[in-house]
Parts: sequence; C-alpha cells; structure tokens
Amino acid sequence: MKFLCDADRCIDCNACVTACKNENEVPWGINRRRVVTINDGKPGERSVSMACMHCTDAPCAAVCPVTCIFSTEDGVVLHSKDLCIGCGYCFYACPFGAPQYPRVGNFGSRGKMDKCTYCAGGGGPEPSGSAEEFEKYGSNRFGDGKLPLCAEMCSTKSLLAGDGEIIAQIYKERVLKRGYGSGAWGWKTAYHEDVVV
Amino acid sequence: MNFLARIRLVAIAVMLFAIAVIAPAVAQKLGPDGAPDPTASVTSERSLLKQMPRAEGRIDIPDTKAGVLIQPAGRSWDYFHEVLLHWSGAIVLLGTIVLLGVAYLIIGKIRIAAGRSGRKVLRFKAFERFSHWLTAASFVVLGLTGLNVTFGKRLLLPVIGPDAFSSVSQWAKYIHNFTSAAFVVGLVLITVIFFKDNLLEKVDIDWVKQGGGFIKSKHAPAGRFNLGEKLVYWLSLAAGVAVSVSGVLLLFPFYGTDIADMQLAQIVHAVVAILFIALILAHIYIGTLGIEGAFEAMGTGEVDLNWAKEHHDLWIARQLASKEGQREPSTTAAE
Repeated sequence: MKFLCDADRCIDCNACVTACKNENEVPWGINRRRVVTINDGKPGERSVSMACMHCTDAPCAAVCPVTCIFSTEDGVVLHSKDLCIGCGYCFYACPFGAPQYPRVGNFGSRGKMDKCTYCAGGGGPEPSGSAEEFEKYGSNRFGDGKLPLCAEMCSTKSLLAGDGEIIAQIYKERVLKRGYGSGAWGWKTAYHEDVVV
Repeated sequence: MNFLARIRLVAIAVMLFAIAVIAPAVAQKLGPDGAPDPTASVTSERSLLKQMPRAEGRIDIPDTKAGVLIQPAGRSWDYFHEVLLHWSGAIVLLGTIVLLGVAYLIIGKIRIAAGRSGRKVLRFKAFERFSHWLTAASFVVLGLTGLNVTFGKRLLLPVIGPDAFSSVSQWAKYIHNFTSAAFVVGLVLITVIFFKDNLLEKVDIDWVKQGGGFIKSKHAPAGRFNLGEKLVYWLSLAAGVAVSVSGVLLLFPFYGTDIADMQLAQIVHAVVAILFIALILAHIYIGTLGIEGAFEAMGTGEVDLNWAKEHHDLWIARQLASKEGQREPSTTAAE
C-alpha cells in the first residue's frame, strides 16, 4: 500500500490535513499529514501533501532502539505505543518528517510517537476497530476495506492511496495525457523505485 | 554616414540573432497542445533533490521543522546508525577490551619496584576525589544507558523480551538525560582543579624517551601527572566537551537546529562517546589492574611513598621539600 501525491494537481486546500485530524482525533500539535508548498509565490510553485509514506524497508523501523515499528503484510508501517520510549530517533531517520511527538514534561522530552497509520489502526494486541485501538492509534478504516480518508477526500484527486502498481499507473496515464508531471514526490526515497513515464 | 550605416547593420544582425536564439526558449514554455506548460519553470522532485540535500518549503502550521518535505539523508543516517555505528562501535569497544586483556597477560600488574615503604603521602584531597568520582559514576551510568540505546536491541532485548526491554529503555532514557547534568558539573570541576598540573612540560619528553614506565630498567621522570595521565586529561576534556555540547543539542531537539544539525549532533555524540568509553576503559585498567598502588590515589587519597618516587619523582620531591620547609607534616600543598 502506497501514497502518491500528484503535485501538479494539489491546490494546497489542506482538506487532507483536516480529514486526517478529524478521522483520527489526533491531539493538538500533532500533524500526521501536512501540506508543504515549494517555491511559494514563485513561478513553478508546487504543493505536496505529505505524511508517512509507509516506506519499503522503513528507516524508522531500522533505527528504533526498542524495535517498536513494523511493516504489515500489506506494506503499512505501524508501531506499538506500548513499546515506544519517545527517543525521537525515528524522526531523524524518516525522510518525510512523519513521526510526531506530544510534548510531555520538561525540556525537549517527547511522549510516545504518533504517526499516520494509513487509517489502519494499531495492528497490535487491541481488537481491530475497538475503542482502545482508536484511543491510541486512531481510525481503522483499513480493517473495513477502506482506504485512508485523506486520499479518499482529496477534491482534485491529487493525493492517491492504494496498491502501488495501480496508483502509479493512474499517475502515468495522467502525465501522458497532460504532457507534464513533476514526479511522484518521495517515491524514489520511500520505495527505491520511481514512477518513470 | 557610412560608419553609421555599418552600426545599423550590425545592430539588425544582433537583433535577428537574438530572436533566433530566444524564440525556441519561448516555444518550450508551451505544452504539446500549445497551452502554457506549467512545469516549464519548475524543477521536478528529482532535479530539486539533485540541487539541494533536501526539499523544503512553506508550511501553514507553527511546527517549522515540518517545512522539510523530503530529506533523503534520513536513510544515510539510518545506515550510519544501524551499520557503521554498530560495527565500528563493537570493534572499537571489544578491541579495547581484548588489547587490555593482552596487555595484562604480557605485562601483568606492574609492581612497586622497591616494595611498599609503609609511609603514606596524600595525593588527592577529598574534594578532588569527589570531583573525580562524581564524573566517574555519572560516566558509567551515562555509558551503560547510552550503549543500551545503540546495542540494547541486539544484546538485551532477546534476553528479557520486548516489554521488559521497553520499560528498561524508557527508564534508561530518563536516567541518561538527568545524569548528564552531574557529568557536566564533574567535568567542569575536574577541568579547573587539575588544569595547572596537566600543562605540558619538558619532563614529559624525557618520560616518553624513558619508555613511559613500561621499561623496567629505565626510570621515567614525571611531575604530579605523567604524559600518559595528561593525555587522558586532555582527551577526556575534548571528548567531554564534545559529548556535552552534542548532548545538550539532543536534549533540546530543534531548538535553533534543523534536521541535518540533529543528525550531526547524534553522530558526534555516538562516535565520540564510543571513543571516550574506550579511553576510559584503558584509564580504569591502568588505575586498577595495571599498576600496583595506583588505585589508592583516588581511593583513600593516599599513596605509598615508594610508589610516588617510582611514578612521580619530581612531584614527591617537591612535596617533601615543601613539607620540610614548613616543618610540619602538612600534606595539603599539592603542587
């Protein structure tokens, strides 16, 4: 399962950010998804919606000192908040700035990491779709066969979620039809493969 | 007039040439269907990351570090942390332990050549010993809790299981963060107290020439500290400052630092800490197993007179001279 943001379609409306916050009821200060605008106000301005890309051999999982981050069979990267110690290493390793930490206590001390779950809950011991799971990890749409709400709600269908091959094909067709494309942002870094048109 | 006509001709030629050059550039800004091409002036993700180490932009939320869109360096840092650091750290630390073990097997404990005299001389005052042990105790705590972050998941996790290991690591993190303050205080005290006696002197060259005390037939002269001890002092000071500064940066993440600074701070912290531990392992070996009578200096504070004559002849000579000058058995002047 992958995300693809077609930057040539993103209009920086931040509906994906709002949808994510509402669907997962994330606390204040936590942004699982954000929209970054490159070259703002200049020719060639592009906005890209970014969250956890659910990387192939995820660097966050590799560096975690307590190995609390794991990939599911569907290629969704999840983590256990029971094991997380809030060291912040996953943020240094993440190419996309996905891990978030609630501020607890003094100085820069971080609480347990929170990040995009691909709307797939926690994948842990909590029953799938249960209140305990929702409290810790947010929505589990994936368990109901649904895709992440951010992509589902995207008004320009800039943000695509789903099977990697299918969304790459959709993007390729778009680029061929309109004649340009600034690339599948983050794909090379996340999945070791690019969408070559 | 002929001259003016020539200028006009050249000007027209230049204009025509300019048009010929510019026209295709204008044409390139149009898409295949003749519509303006929105990507003509934009660099794609791939070319953007070729020009810059990371893609950054404007963000609507107050969290400014979220403005970094893509930083492929995260994968490089992952490689450093999981491959380079694990291997080099293991090699350096195990290598040091093996070397010290070999040294012990070959050289063994260096005995006091003249035997114990039974007369004690004060070498380190109570406050000096307090400063040393404050630094030493916090160093051991920081070292063990720090090594747990890097090596714990390979060594301790398989033994005690994920739940217990997470609890241990959580506590280790807090202990590491708060013990750091004690270490910095100890480091400052040690630096100030022992600064003067660790300045390099001429006698240090003789000490090296005489084999630094490792050649039994030769006597290596030294003041209060020999060159080996001075090296431990200066290297510890340098390493201590490096781990303290990088540690404070890590303790206050993204306070005036960006993602690359944080990665660099972690790399410096980890690499220097590994080398620091290797240095201190050697320091502990020499101070305990390596040389008979050395530990007492930091233990009780008093060393045997013959030990002092063998290892710090110039220092003990000054001590005894000043004692006689005062005609009192005062041992406070530690010059």
